[in-house]
Amino acid sequence: MIIGKIENGLVLDHIRAGYGMKLYEILGLDKLDCQVALIKNADSVKYERKDIIKIDRMIDINIDAIGFVDPNITVNYIEGGKLAKRTHIDMPEEIEGFVRCKNPRCITTVEQELPHRFRLTDREKGVYRCVYCESKLEVK
Amino acid sequence: MRHLIDIMDLSVGEINDMIERAKDIIENPADYCEKCKGRKLATLFFEPSTRTRLSFEAAMYELGGNVLGFSEAQSSSAAKGESVADTIRTVGAYADIIAMRHPKEGAPVVAAAKSTVPVINAGDGGHNHPTQTLTDLLTISREKGRLNSMTVGLCGDLKFGRTVHSLIAAMSRYENVKFVLISPEELKIPEYLKQEILIKNNMTFVETGDLESAMPQLDILYMTRVQRERFFNEQDYLRLKDSYILTPDKLENAKADLSILHPLPRVNEISVAVDDDPRARYFEQVRNGKFIRMALILKLLEEAEQREEQ
Ligand SMILES: [Zn+2]
Repeated sequence: MIIGKIENGLVLDHIRAGYGMKLYEILGLDKLDCQVALIKNADSVKYERKDIIKIDRMIDINIDAIGFVDPNITVNYIEGGKLAKRTHIDMPEEIEGFVRCKNPRCITTVEQELPHRFRLTDREKGVYRCVYCESKLEVK
Repeated sequence: MRHLIDIMDLSVGEINDMIERAKDIIENPADYCEKCKGRKLATLFFEPSTRTRLSFEAAMYELGGNVLGFSEAQSSSAAKGESVADTIRTVGAYADIIAMRHPKEGAPVVAAAKSTVPVINAGDGGHNHPTQTLTDLLTISREKGRLNSMTVGLCGDLKFGRTVHSLIAAMSRYENVKFVLISPEELKIPEYLKQEILIKNNMTFVETGDLESAMPQLDILYMTRVQRERFFNEQDYLRLKDSYILTPDKLENAKADLSILHPLPRVNEISVAVDDDPRARYFEQVRNGKFIRMALILKLLEEAEQREEQ
């Protein structure tokens, strides 16, 4: 499958297969008006299959959100058709603003203005818990 | 500012100090009756819980302090839609310390973040209830003279029972404690608790459905209620409920110095016929709840004062 080459923009590579759509949603890429390509189940050396997202514009990307979805994702910055920078990501200690606590008994369900914030409680297993109710964040 | 949101906010040393303080209060009540003179405790109960509120209020009165507050959300500004943060800032203008109960999980975290005075979590939904756990620890310590080297049986609803979860977490920090987890299959302790607390801390534990055969080895028997709502069908509930109701005949093979505890209120999980058995300690446990809350109020007020002096 051939997807047009990017002049200036971002390529999110090595997304674990099946997580591309989740990342697309979390990053709010549906709100962009430039070209965005989500490639599912591409062949990969690292994994058997991977997802890739290509964004045809240099945007401010939420690195925390990417690290939360999968710290193995690489972010490639493309400038003038060439790879300008490649970033590896770490799992952030805290995340805020792009995922919501799903516990119906959480204080965030009644106090609309509270920021939805989660803390990494188990780096090995990538477990995030709500800072208020301690519910496990189930996105992965 | 120091608060108490979760029992694990306290170190083992701090818990032990508070237990010693509570024991001293029990021995020498006169030494403490003016300790909080001129101080005010606000009891903010966004959800009614008469026994917890009375315990806090009795504790403050016995320290010579005063109490203000509300006992249900309808009679507070929360009914008008005020946020927890705003309520707490308002109350902080009047009170020196706050005990707060709220139906939503994590509400005390929000309160503590904005409070100018210490906040004590008096229960947030089915989440934390640290003063119940402190009560349980003081009771066990008074009954046994120690918190290590014993076999603790926990019986009933181990899946949803938050008091059980906190007690296991707190007791897992003491040496040589063995847990016997007695429950129907449907109400076994959650897997994450097993992994993150029992296995992680190398605790010895067994799971069983049989209260009677577990009985002889127990030093502590902590009973909780098996609620009808927890079962998918009535048959299962009726089949199981009697196995987890404590009656005098089930105590036949129990140790002579067993202590039977229950966070109360009880419905029918301990037969009233057990109440006269000297091993039934759940009403003494209620008294202990007041004393440990006195020790906690003192500790948090003292820490707040030291902070101010600096
Ligand atoms: Zn939450």
